[in-house]
Amino acid sequence: MEIGLNHYLVLSTILFAIGLVGVMRRKNLLMLFFATEILLNSVNISFAAISHYYGDLTGQMFAFFVIAIAASEVAVGLGLLIVWHKKHNNIDLDNMSTMRG
Amino acid sequence: MELFLYTALFSPLVGSLFAALFGASPKTKIAGIVPSALLGVSFLSSLVLLVLVMGTGLTLHVEMMTWMATGDLYIPFGFVVDQVSVTMMIVVTLVSTVVHVYAIGYMDHDKGFNRFFSYLSAFVFSMMILVMSDNFAGLFIGWEGVGLCSWLLIGFWYHKESASWAANEAFIMNRIADLGMLIGIFLVYWNTGTLQYKEAFAVMPSLDNAILTWMGIFLFIGAMGKSAQFPLHTWLADAMEGPTPVSALIHAATMVTAGVYLVVRANPLYNLIPHVGLFIASLGAFVALFAASMALVNRDMKRVIAYSTLSQLGYMFAAAGLGAYWVALFHLMAHAFFKALLFLGAGNVMHAMHDELDPFKMGGLSKVMKGTFLMMTIASVALAGIFPLAGFFSKDLILEVAFVEHHYIIYSVLLFTAALTAFYSFRLVALIFHGEERYKLFGIHPHEAYKFMLVAMSPLLLLAIIAGAFKMSYFEMVSKLLPATEYHVHSAATYWIMTIGTQLLVILAIAYAYKKYTSRDIAVPDGTSKMENSFAYKLLINQYYIPYFYQEYIVKAYRELSEVFWTKIDQKVVDATVDGIANVFYQTGERTRVMQSGNLSTMLKWMVAGTVALLSLAVVFGLAARYSGEIRVFLSGLGV
Amino acid sequence: MFEAVAFYLFAFLTITMFYIAVTTSQALYALSSLAAGMIFISAFFFILGADFLGAVQIVVYSGAVMALYAFGMMFFDTTRDVKEKQGNKAIILGLSILSAILLIVIVSAPIVGNNIEALYPVGNAGNVQEVGKVLFTKYLVPFEVAAVMLLVAMVAGIVLAGKKMDLSLTLMTEAEILMMKEEDKNKKVLS
Repeated sequence: MEIGLNHYLVLSTILFAIGLVGVMRRKNLLMLFFATEILLNSVNISFAAISHYYGDLTGQMFAFFVIAIAASEVAVGLGLLIVWHKKHNNIDLDNMSTMRG
Repeated sequence: MELFLYTALFSPLVGSLFAALFGASPKTKIAGIVPSALLGVSFLSSLVLLVLVMGTGLTLHVEMMTWMATGDLYIPFGFVVDQVSVTMMIVVTLVSTVVHVYAIGYMDHDKGFNRFFSYLSAFVFSMMILVMSDNFAGLFIGWEGVGLCSWLLIGFWYHKESASWAANEAFIMNRIADLGMLIGIFLVYWNTGTLQYKEAFAVMPSLDNAILTWMGIFLFIGAMGKSAQFPLHTWLADAMEGPTPVSALIHAATMVTAGVYLVVRANPLYNLIPHVGLFIASLGAFVALFAASMALVNRDMKRVIAYSTLSQLGYMFAAAGLGAYWVALFHLMAHAFFKALLFLGAGNVMHAMHDELDPFKMGGLSKVMKGTFLMMTIASVALAGIFPLAGFFSKDLILEVAFVEHHYIIYSVLLFTAALTAFYSFRLVALIFHGEERYKLFGIHPHEAYKFMLVAMSPLLLLAIIAGAFKMSYFEMVSKLLPATEYHVHSAATYWIMTIGTQLLVILAIAYAYKKYTSRDIAVPDGTSKMENSFAYKLLINQYYIPYFYQEYIVKAYRELSEVFWTKIDQKVVDATVDGIANVFYQTGERTRVMQSGNLSTMLKWMVAGTVALLSLAVVFGLAARYSGEIRVFLSGLGV
Repeated sequence: MFEAVAFYLFAFLTITMFYIAVTTSQALYALSSLAAGMIFISAFFFILGADFLGAVQIVVYSGAVMALYAFGMMFFDTTRDVKEKQGNKAIILGLSILSAILLIVIVSAPIVGNNIEALYPVGNAGNVQEVGKVLFTKYLVPFEVAAVMLLVAMVAGIVLAGKKMDLSLTLMTEAEILMMKEEDKNKKVLS
C-alpha cells in the first residue's frame, strides 16, 4: 500500500477543517490562537508533501517561511492579548464589540 | 520686419490683458487709454507692413512655433502677411483704433468700462489671428475667438434680458455654421493632407470635382454664419443689442466680413468650382435685396444700419462668387470705413437722444449736432455710391462685374438694391436730422458728443471720401495674389449709360427719401396709417416672419423635443436607473448591516462562509474550464 | 509498508490531538495536546525527507511557541472556564466539512494529471545542505526580510506586554503598590 501525495493532501485538509471548527466555535482568544496554529500547520504538511513528491525544494521554503510568520504572529498576538487582558480583565471574544456597526 | 508682424499681432492682446487687470475695479480712464494706444501701435505696424508689401511686393511668412505635430499632422502657429491679409490688418486695426478712442467717450458713464476694453481688444487680437494665420486651423481659432468676443460684447449689458438673448442667438447660429466650417476643414485635411493654405491649394486642382464642391459648400456654410447670410441672418439685427462701438467694429466693419475674407482666401478652391461660385453670387444678390427691403421700414436706427450691412455683405459675396475677389475685398475695405462711421454717428445720436432708437422720434437734429450730421450724411452718400465717394468706386465695380460676366439677373437685382440702399440711408438721415423737431414732444435735450469722439471719427470720414482713389493702386497690389481680372464694359457708350444711369437712379431715390421724410406731417407711427396696415409693410417690419418662423417651428419644436427627452428619457430612464442603482446599494447596506454585529466570532463565521463560497466558485470555474468542450457541445445540442 | 504504517499512525494521532485541542474546555489540556500534535506533525516531515523542516518544527513550535503560550497563560486566569456559548453547531460543522471537501477537490484535481517541472530539484547532498543552498541563493532576500520581521515582532511583543516593566513590585513599598492599584482602577473607570 503506497502512500501517495493525495493521502497527505487529504490529511492536511482534515486538519484544516479541524482548525476551522476551532476558529468558529472558540470564544476564548487564546484558544483561537491555538486554532490558527492548527490551520498553519495543516498547510505546512501539504507544502512539505508536495515538495517531496515533486522533488522541488520550493515547498519546503514556503513551509519554513510560514513557520517564521507563525512565530512572529504569536509574539505580537500574545502581546496584544496581554494588553487587552490588563485593560478588561478578560479575553472573551463576545466582549469585543467596539466594531459594532 | 518680423518685429512689426508680432507687434501688430500681439499688442491688442497686451492691451486686452492690461484692461483685464482692472476688470473688477471701478472705471479707470487708463484701462481705456492704454489699449487704444497699443492698438495705435498695432495700426502703425500694419501700416509699415502695408508699405513694405505694396512697395516691394514681398510677403512675410513666419512660423512662431509648432502647435501640433502628430504623425502626418503638422500645424504650426504660422502667420502670413501678404496682399490680402495686410488689407484686412489695416482695416481691422484702423477701425478698431478709431472705435477704441471713440468708446472712451461713448462708454464714459458705463460701469463696465474696463471690462469693455478688455473684451474689445481681445476681439481685435482674435480677428488679427483670423486674418494673419497661414493655415485653416489658425483661422478657425481666430474664427471661434471672434465668435466668443462677439458673444461677450453683444451680451455686454447682460442684465438686459434681450441682450443676453441676442448674444446667445448669435452664438448658437454661429455654432451651427461653424460645424459646417469644421467639416469643410476636415475635408480639406482629409483630401490634401495639410491645412497650410499654400500646400492645400496647390494639391486641390488634382482632386475630384465632387470633393471640391463639398469642400467649397461646407466652408461657405461657415462663412454664411459669420457673415450672417440667409438663412442664418437673423442674429445680426438682434446683435444690435450690444453697445454701439461694438456694432461698429464687430457687426459692421470686421467680424462679419470674415466670411468674405474666407471666400477670398480660398479663391483657388472656388476658382475650380464655378458652379458653387455662382450659387454664392446668387445668394449674395438675394441677401442684398432681401436685407435692403427689410431696412426700408424698420423703425430702429441701428437695425436699419445692420440690415444695410447685411445687404452690403450680399454685394461682397456676389462679387466674390463671380470670381472678382479683389473687387469683393475692395468693397469690404471701403464698406468698413463708411459703415463704421455710420454706426459711430448713430452712437452719437443715441447718446444725444438718451438711448432712443426710433428715428421717428427724432428729427431736426442737424441744428444741435452739426458734426455728427455732416459725418453721417457723408457716410450715407458713400454708402449710396455717389461719385466721387468710396462707395461709388467699389459698388459700381460690383455692378460692372455682374454685367461683364453676363449675369444680368444678378446685375438688375443689385442695381435695384442700390436704389433701395440710397432710399433707406437717406430715409434715416432725413428722419434724424431734418424736418420737425419731434424729440421735443418727449422732453429730450440732445447735445453733441465729446469733441475727441468726433476727432476720432475723422480718419474714417476722410477714408470714406477718398478710399475710391486708391482703386488702381490697390488693384495692382492685390493682383499679385488674386486673379487679376479687370472688368471693363466693352463699349464706352454702354459704360457711360450704365454709370450715369446708376447715379441718376440713386439720386432719384435719395430725392424721393428726402421728399417723403422731411415733410412736416411726418409723425410717430401709431399703427393706424394705411401704409402700416398694408401686407407688404407687415411682411417687412416682421422681417418676412422669419424670426417668427424660427421661433415657432424650430425653437418650439426643439423645446418640445427636449421636454419629451427630459421628462420621458432623462427622468424616467436615466435618473431612475441612477437612483435605482443607488437604492440597491442603500438597501443592501441597510439589510446586511445586521451582519456587522461587532462580534468577532460571528465575523469569523462569515469569513469561513466567504471562503467556502470562493472555493466553490473556484471548483465551478475549474470544472467549466476543464470540460469547456463538452459544455459547448451540450449547449449547442440545446440550441443555444 | 513501514511508511504506510507510520503515516496512518501519525495521521490518527495528529487528528486526535488537534481534535482535543479545539474541543476541550480546559486550557491546559488544549495546550498540551497542541504541543503533542506539533511534534507528531514533525514526524510527517521526517517521513517526507524534510529533515531540516522537521527539526525546525520541533524547535520553533514545541520549544518556542508553546513556551510562549505557556507563559502567556500565566497572565490569564486559565482555571476559569470560558463559557463557550454555542451558536448553531450545524453551521460550524457544515461549513468546515464543505470547505474540506472543496479543498480536497481543488487541491487534488490538477495534481492528478499535471506534470510540474521542478524548479529546485532535490539533490543527493542531504536535506539540510540542499535547503541551505536554496535558502541563501534564491530566497536570500525573503529570508532576511523574515529575520527583520521576527525582530520587529519581538520588539512589538516586548513593548506591548512589557508596559511598566521599569517598575519592580518587589522594590516598591506596600503603600506605593496600593497607590498604583488605585490609579489603575480610576483609569478603568474612566475608560
